[in-house]
Amino acid sequence: MKENPNPLSFQARIRPEDFLPASDEEKQNLVVMRESVSFWKDGLRRLLKNKVAMVSLVAVIIIMLFSFVVPSFYPYSYEQQIRGSEHLAPMEYSEEEQARIDAGEKVFPHVFGTDKHGRDYAIRVMMGSRVSLIVGLVAAVIILIIGSLFGSIAAFFGGWVDILMMRIVDIIYTIPDVLLIVLLSFALKAPLETLSTMPGFGWVQTLGRNLISIFIVFALLYWGGMARMVRSQILTLKESEYVTAARALGASNARIIKKHLLTNCIGTLIVTTTLQIPSSIFTESFLSFLGLGVAVPMPSLGSLASDAINGLNTYPYLLFIPAVLISLIILSFNLLGDGLRDAFDPKMKN
Amino acid sequence: MVKYICKRLGMAVVTIWLVATLTFFLMNMVPGGPFLSEKAVSPKAMEALEAKYGLDKPLFEQYCTYIGDALHGDFGDSLKQRGRTVSSIIASKFPVSARVGGLAVLAAFCVGVPLGCLSAMKRGKVGDNIIIVIATCGIAVPNFVVCTLLMYTFGAKLGWLPTLGLNSWKHYIMPVTALAFYPTAYITRLMRSSMLDVLGQDYMRTARAKGLNQFVSLFKHALRNAILPIITYLGPLLAYTVTGSFIVEKIFTIPGLGGEFIGSITNRDYTVIMGTTIFLATLMILMNVVVDIVYKIVDPRINLK
Repeated sequence: MKENPNPLSFQARIRPEDFLPASDEEKQNLVVMRESVSFWKDGLRRLLKNKVAMVSLVAVIIIMLFSFVVPSFYPYSYEQQIRGSEHLAPMEYSEEEQARIDAGEKVFPHVFGTDKHGRDYAIRVMMGSRVSLIVGLVAAVIILIIGSLFGSIAAFFGGWVDILMMRIVDIIYTIPDVLLIVLLSFALKAPLETLSTMPGFGWVQTLGRNLISIFIVFALLYWGGMARMVRSQILTLKESEYVTAARALGASNARIIKKHLLTNCIGTLIVTTTLQIPSSIFTESFLSFLGLGVAVPMPSLGSLASDAINGLNTYPYLLFIPAVLISLIILSFNLLGDGLRDAFDPKMKN
Repeated sequence: MVKYICKRLGMAVVTIWLVATLTFFLMNMVPGGPFLSEKAVSPKAMEALEAKYGLDKPLFEQYCTYIGDALHGDFGDSLKQRGRTVSSIIASKFPVSARVGGLAVLAAFCVGVPLGCLSAMKRGKVGDNIIIVIATCGIAVPNFVVCTLLMYTFGAKLGWLPTLGLNSWKHYIMPVTALAFYPTAYITRLMRSSMLDVLGQDYMRTARAKGLNQFVSLFKHALRNAILPIITYLGPLLAYTVTGSFIVEKIFTIPGLGGEFIGSITNRDYTVIMGTTIFLATLMILMNVVVDIVYKIVDPRINLK
């Protein structure tokens, strides 16, 4: 472009050449050099950099391997009672087993010893952590579904719907949870028993009645926190322009909630769900400790710890092993959740 | 302010009524009754017992009678502990739980807040890292593990502290420590993050720039702002802890309300269940109202509507 003859003039000096198609060189300048980084990639990059979170992720994976994969080829089963090998210390053999070893036979050691019925403690601890993990994961999913739907509906429709729904959350918060848990586990006994005898519902028996009633209790009681979290997010999100745009294009309420609102608080959802897992495991172990959890002979980390209390002075390792393991599980999920929060939802802190 | 409190109290009454109604019907939906577990009760005696406590009447009538009596402050007699009213049971058990729980919350507050402040001020240094590691681990250890480990080390192995009952001040140490463990760790973390938030604010720089020493700026400006989240957490925590942690009371055999509550549920002592639930719910709701009012005193910017 030529030098403007009069620098003080405001008159635009446009020439016909300015309207020619852009040359290839000019186009090249507009191309974004780097590939655009998506939300997931960005978060994943941040997560991979976080050493604490990666270590806890590895810990979670190892614990999962031990509780879901290893028991299937472990030489002992969790309900198998071996006569003569009651109360063995870790790595100790009973006389009979010692005789078999002397005879040249191979006997798998009791890594964590045995309990008072002669059951191998290592496999019981593994099964116990399997139960704890299943409870944690399933409960987190249930809470995610109920909480996010409830919270988003309350926030989206607002007004008296919101007031009514949040009042319900408050009431659920106010009832002592132990009361509901005990009442429900009594109340669900008969219906679940009849259900398990019906064809197609055999899984109720295999899963265990108490486990199912724990799930129902979690589904009924603990979604309040998630609902509040989602609600507060959606209250701000629903004022966004894209929601107005979607509505102008004729999208239904359900579609707006599903496609636009919930997808935009995915970071919060992931983080809250991950942090829900340890708190569910916490509650389950507490319940099992009180004797309200899973049914015998199925172990859970809480019931193992509770059983170990009576012989605490003589066999302290029976308590220490499940206690350490449950603390480890909760700790690694907590740290992983913190890492995920820093990676995917940096705005959300406590 | 007065209007706000009245409104909150009105809402509280409605909530308590809903909780009571829900508990009443849920409790009665469960098969079995309070007298089924007793040995050798003839059908005649059973009928007589049910008639005495009005359990033979239709459920809705029982409900109306109960609510009517409760409004007059009469929560009925215990079905299982002969000759004791529900009010007297709560009155005798609650102070025990309140003492242990109150001490635990006090301990958690007195340890957690300074630790959190310290860790925020020494951010990134060795002290901060140690505190954060301990607090993170503290959140991960379940209550019953703390209880049993304390009992094993200090009660059984070292023999320093008595393990059962509540007869001297020594008896309080372990239950209070066990109850305070989780809240202390939680308050430390909460305090640290909110303190870090506040320390990064402009008014903190202004306070330092105008020549206030670190102490004054910390206590007058930072602490007062940073403590708000702790107060929110403290309300429900106080209600929960004071009404008794079931596990701690069970392990240390403390005659508190928590143990009584669990016992009444398994025994189907209907009136005790109802009385304790209403009591716990009331306490919880009142705590929340109190927290909101304290909030207003600590932070005058907050407008209660």
